[in-house]
Amino acid sequence: MTGPEHGILPLVRADHRLVAGMVAAGARVLDVGCGDGALLDFLARAKAVDARGIELSREGVAACVARGLAVIQGDADADLFDYPDDCFDYVILSQTLQATRRPKVVLEQMLRIGRNAIVSFPNFGHWRIRGHLLLHGRMPVTENLPDTWYDTPNIHFCTIRDFVALAGALDARIMRAEALDAAGRPVGVRMPWWFWNLMAEQGIFWLARGK
Amino acid sequence: MAPRNTEADTPRSEVLRLAPEAALTLESGATIAPLQIAYQTYGRLDAARANAVLICHALTGDQHVANIHPVTGKPGWWTSMVGPGRPIDTDRFFVICANVIGGCMGSSGPASTDPATGEPYGTAFPVVTISDMVRAQARLVDHLGIETLLAVVGGSMGGMQVLAWASLFPERVFAAMPIASAAKHTAQNIAFHEVGRQAVMADPDWRRGRYMLEGTRPVKGLSVARMAAHITYLSEPALQRKFGRKLQDRDAPTFSFDADFQVESYLRHQGITFVERFDANSYLYLTRAMDYFDLAADNGGSLAAAFRGTGTRFCLISFTSDWLFPTADSRQIVHALNAAGASVSFVEIESDKGHDAFLLEEPNLFATASGFLDAAARARGVAEAGR
Repeated sequence: MTGPEHGILPLVRADHRLVAGMVAAGARVLDVGCGDGALLDFLARAKAVDARGIELSREGVAACVARGLAVIQGDADADLFDYPDDCFDYVILSQTLQATRRPKVVLEQMLRIGRNAIVSFPNFGHWRIRGHLLLHGRMPVTENLPDTWYDTPNIHFCTIRDFVALAGALDARIMRAEALDAAGRPVGVRMPWWFWNLMAEQGIFWLARGK
Repeated sequence: MAPRNTEADTPRSEVLRLAPEAALTLESGATIAPLQIAYQTYGRLDAARANAVLICHALTGDQHVANIHPVTGKPGWWTSMVGPGRPIDTDRFFVICANVIGGCMGSSGPASTDPATGEPYGTAFPVVTISDMVRAQARLVDHLGIETLLAVVGGSMGGMQVLAWASLFPERVFAAMPIASAAKHTAQNIAFHEVGRQAVMADPDWRRGRYMLEGTRPVKGLSVARMAAHITYLSEPALQRKFGRKLQDRDAPTFSFDADFQVESYLRHQGITFVERFDANSYLYLTRAMDYFDLAADNGGSLAAAFRGTGTRFCLISFTSDWLFPTADSRQIVHALNAAGASVSFVEIESDKGHDAFLLEEPNLFATASGFLDAAARARGVAEAGR
């Protein structure tokens, strides 16, 4: 989704821009599942954050290291336990929640090592997915979720309402929430959850520790 | 009499000879005076003195990183990593490598002449540690007029020195890259080293370390030590791929203790070529230095304390098939660095070549190393190569 450069500013993914809008300048940030470091790099440039990352793939880590980012090879399920309490201002999980083995534990750990957690994830409650399952009776395969059920890394899909319920179970405060459609455009503002749950292709949530 | 090791006193290398007053006090409390450090440099130091990269060599390495070795006539030990256009680009960086103290290629060590007696030190040379090696290198870096090194890089025992540099002189190390290394030597590794030392000392030609004076050389003991150690640098799959059960120049077993198998012949060759260039006493001293290394113990039992408040950026690299310095050892350092709030990157590289992988053609190693060094150089404002 990262496009070619337009003039001086590179085209920044809509969800990355929204995440950046939730992060305070100069903060200490850990991006869990940071891929090739595009988001961290953007945050380092746009918000002057102290950027750290964890990434499963060696290629991803190598790309990050070459950008000058501090990224360790590891995974969300195993390696968050090794960080001390409160060592980050924000812990970000961008499009990775659905690929973790224990999403609740991962979120708990994020809110332990960071005061804030920012999570973006595909919304499995979107009408197109519901329609696909309803009409075909088979696990949905869409443009944004192109993998078949048997070889997808995404083992824990959830809907926006599921995520809101999980945040409640974790005693986390929802500081801000955003919903994006397939084209990355915001889906209304101040809409009820049920509307977002139907219309949004992805949700971005900023959580803070404690009610 | 066997010829004295001339490289020890008059190496074919750059040499820093410090005045006797500038003695180096060791961790043990003993001193080395005068201190001699043999080293090589490649490339040019830039005007800002900001592009210096120090390479720390491993147990059996030396300062001849990227030039023809004066004793063996073979290429340097890390020409794949260091040179023009290589990850440690000598067109861009000023690269320094010094023989460690305790070594035998021109830095003060057991083969050096003791000025007090006019004879080789032998086992009268004081036991040195990894920190002692680093403090000696710091003298050289002072001498070269460099305040802060752009990077300190090394594998295995070299990686231990990188960690000691970052811990002892954090303000002098902008970036640190320990490869296939550990913050302490494990019981298993100490055990392997002890086997090697016992092999050397069991050789009647070792003469309690006075072989140079008595005109002998413990070649059998040292080559057995090397053979045993060499197995630990490889992996079972690599040995299988390279040799399997293939026979050496014969079609059937000879029912003798000849080197029937290719792997035997290979190890014997490794042993024989090693003794031509390495001093047996140095082998004792350097293995001992590695055994004593325990960075956490040096910092009240906390590895994180070794790096507290550091501004150095770290990049650690391990290899999947390295069972001598396994990935878990590197991860332990990564956790400590995270706990200390340090900037740290870490990659585990897929390789079946065992511990030795760091010395071999590993494209993923080169990609990570050059990416990390380039980012550090850009952050420090070091110019690109070939302007």
